[in-house]
Amino acid sequence: MLKELFFIIIGSVLVNNFVFSRFLGNCPFLGVSSKTETAVGMGMATTFVLTMTAVAAYFIQNFILVPFGLAPFLQIVSFILVIASLVQLVEMVVLKISPALYNAFGIYLPLITTNCIVLAVALLIPQKNYNLIESTIFGVGAGLGFTLALILMSGIREDLEFSDVPDALKGPAIVFITAGLLAMIFLGFAGLVPL
Amino acid sequence: MTQLIKDFTNGLWNENPIFRAVIGICSALAVTTAGQNGIAMGLALTFVLTCSSILVSLLRSIIPPKVRIPCYIIVIATFTTMVDLFMKAYFPPLYQVMGIFIPLIVVNCIVLWRAEGFASKASLARSIADALGMGLGYAWAITLISIVREVLGSGTLFGINVMGQATHWVIMLLPPGAFLVMGILVGIMNMIARKSVKNTHCH
Repeated sequence: MLKELFFIIIGSVLVNNFVFSRFLGNCPFLGVSSKTETAVGMGMATTFVLTMTAVAAYFIQNFILVPFGLAPFLQIVSFILVIASLVQLVEMVVLKISPALYNAFGIYLPLITTNCIVLAVALLIPQKNYNLIESTIFGVGAGLGFTLALILMSGIREDLEFSDVPDALKGPAIVFITAGLLAMIFLGFAGLVPL
Repeated sequence: MTQLIKDFTNGLWNENPIFRAVIGICSALAVTTAGQNGIAMGLALTFVLTCSSILVSLLRSIIPPKVRIPCYIIVIATFTTMVDLFMKAYFPPLYQVMGIFIPLIVVNCIVLWRAEGFASKASLARSIADALGMGLGYAWAITLISIVREVLGSGTLFGINVMGQATHWVIMLLPPGAFLVMGILVGIMNMIARKSVKNTHCH
């Protein structure tokens, strides 16, 4: 049991990293990876929301959608609605409980609704038939993988600002090429755990 | 009429979502391993984008500003579900390849960007022109990426062998290839855009 959980977390952080091999969450990956500080904030906020979404998705799928036979056609609508309201709720709770924490990552929270990692995790959980614990771990792993990708990229981009990039490649183009090289490195993790 | 043409061509080049604005790129990187995937994904997104722009534009005076984003998301999710079920029923092999990226059209930034930034403020005709332009702009961009990756990666173009016995660059079909092709194409488009700006200055 513990071994499987370990496989899930290694699988989603390294082997099938959500950014570099599943291509999820690329918009925020490009948008907020220019400074390490913001990258850490965004990564933490996303991990937090992802963990809660994974739990919520498990309960909605198994206690509402499947028993009432709604899964095929209401899945997308209900998941996205739950994610949107969950993000709103998290924002309010964090503001109430800890204004310091809210200042640290509150501004990233509204952006998370349209981060495709969140909906993807919700949709993948029923597909993979995970139980409650596995779902939670999967959500945490997805968040950590996204955070890792953001931090790696932001470190490189901070240095990239001082380097001599050809005019045409300035901006997103060079970031894509760098991400391609990082993705090549992540290919090296293939086969680390049985999937 | 000239306004409509301007709105339509805006998405094709000036504000092309993939190459100029660089948004909604998750699906552009993920599904583009073969030419037909690019076309199918492009058409799916164009459908969702056009239908939701029509509905958002028609409802723009009814939706209260405070809850507009959730309303847009529900509209988009409805049309995405339609595409999802349609593709699952009529094109199962294609649906297998695209996997999760059809339902993920809901959170594709392009759709929400046009709903919030254009359709919620413009008339019906202009919203349709804009949505079609953006959708087709997305479609040609990801078809181009798919063609490059398919030709280099598996030596075929829409399934027909074009590279003879040349070695296939398998890396182009793997995740790093997607990022590299995307980066180089964005760079080339930047170069073309800069050249055309220079030319207009000369006149």
